[in-house]
Amino acid sequence: MNWYHALLFVHVLAAFLAVAGVVMYLGFLTATGSGASAPGQAPLLRLAPLATGLWNVGGLGTIIFGVWLAINRPQYELWDAWVIAAIVLWVIASAAGGRVGVGYRALRRGTGAPASAAIHAAMAVAVALLLIDMIYKPGA
Amino acid sequence: MSILVLRPDSWNFPLILHVGGAMAMVGCLILAAGALALAARTTVPAEGASLTRFGFRTLLWAAIPTYLVMRIGAEWLYTKEFNGDNDPAWVGVGYITSDSGALLLIIGTILTGIASRRLGRDPERRTVLGRIGAALLALLLVSFTIAIWAMTTKPS
Repeated sequence: MNWYHALLFVHVLAAFLAVAGVVMYLGFLTATGSGASAPGQAPLLRLAPLATGLWNVGGLGTIIFGVWLAINRPQYELWDAWVIAAIVLWVIASAAGGRVGVGYRALRRGTGAPASAAIHAAMAVAVALLLIDMIYKPGA
Repeated sequence: MSILVLRPDSWNFPLILHVGGAMAMVGCLILAAGALALAARTTVPAEGASLTRFGFRTLLWAAIPTYLVMRIGAEWLYTKEFNGDNDPAWVGVGYITSDSGALLLIIGTILTGIASRRLGRDPERRTVLGRIGAALLALLLVSFTIAIWAMTTKPS
């Protein structure tokens, strides 16, 4: 396994963790509805710290190792259109995911409501577009 | 001299199905395993029944469909990239982990479904089936991590 493959493995593994965080947040949304938690579903929110951890570690891992990969590979540059698009999508996903995580932490503590379904959708769509961008690499 | 290595455009859509399906499936497995682990630890019977039911539904309605998307994408890619002769080792790792993973996923779903049904009838009842299901899912996650390593590093 050379350096490039090691970086790619960690980058992709981080992406899996981030998507796992998204799936867990969508699972919470399904279980609790977009409003207050339904009776009997509150216990599921004990998994919220795990989801937030996956999202944070995965998100940081994808951007750090993704940028490292772009620098490492001679055929890619940080100013390539698809790399810039990925960074913009990452920022959008992070902003939405951050709000979703804060919402579930507040709901779990009983101090607030979860983020709206639209914020969940924005996070999920941004992550899906990121995957499409990574595979199609428009302009590469 | 740098050489630009790009895969054919016709591989991109099946690759999205394969990778996207795999990512969603792993997320579903973590969510279901987490719910089942919480169910095993809770001391409130109604919570245990609710969490087990959620874990079962996640497996049935999300993990299995996303597994199928991942597997269809994989087979589609395989038909484009290989002809069945002299497949590299990483392809073999992918087949072994996905096929054995399907078996474990089906067994885990059935066991969790039985546990959910029993707890639905009598939440006070103690059952180890949900715990076995969670253990199988944990095993699946380890094997899929190995598959991710094989798919990205492509050992020959």
